[in-house]
Amino acid sequence: MILTNIESVPGSQIAEHYGLVVGSTIRAKHIGSDIMAGLKNIVGGELTGYTELLAESRSEATQRMVAQAEEMGANAIVNVRYSTSSVAQGAAEIVAYGTAVKVQ
Amino acid sequence: MSVIEIILDNWPWILIASGFFAGRWAEANHYKSIRIREKTFSQIPVTTTKTFSSTGTVTEAKLCVGSVVVSIDHYKRLLAGLRNIFGGEVTAYSTLLDRGRRESVLRMKAQCPDADMFVNLRLETSTMFKGEGKTTGSLEMMCYATAVKFS
Repeated sequence: MILTNIESVPGSQIAEHYGLVVGSTIRAKHIGSDIMAGLKNIVGGELTGYTELLAESRSEATQRMVAQAEEMGANAIVNVRYSTSSVAQGAAEIVAYGTAVKVQ
Repeated sequence: MSVIEIILDNWPWILIASGFFAGRWAEANHYKSIRIREKTFSQIPVTTTKTFSSTGTVTEAKLCVGSVVVSIDHYKRLLAGLRNIFGGEVTAYSTLLDRGRRESVLRMKAQCPDADMFVNLRLETSTMFKGEGKTTGSLEMMCYATAVKFS
């Protein structure tokens, strides 16, 4: 599965369009790393626990999007976009969406 | 007076002082590492446009993502609070956001270090914690682009 965030797959031609594919996930971190993040908040800087959480959920959302595209028979997703919103304190929703296509 | 009592009486000042010393030290270190890593990637062109003029035929295209969650320290929160009174640029926040954004771009590039070009780079920022009252806010900065390789 080829993913790009431009309108085509460079170097190949789009043969067929399958339409929109979406993958999303909402995740919260367990209390231990919430406490760690609280401590880290004192000195500022990167909160590794949350970076990992969001990276994990982003790959989960991407995988769900890819699974949907595979079901349709696509071999590439073009124009992929990511969007993040915080649902509650410490929980984030990640959406990945794109257009499933077949390239040659 | 025991040590614990001193800490309990002065905790806001301890938080601010730790932000001032540890936060500044961490920021200087982070900027140093950002500059070193930016140099190693400076040969790879990056565009924010969807089209690009290629110097050869494209052999591979791949989506790369990089992200980072950052939070401010209590010293910066104090500075920003003071800045709210007089207005103007909140430099305490802008250095943090600058650091976060550059870090996320570097992480994205590190996912595909052998790319010849990064096309259609997008930056996105979202709030994880609002930072109301006496708490500090934290933000997520992410960055994604299509890495292409030429033959």
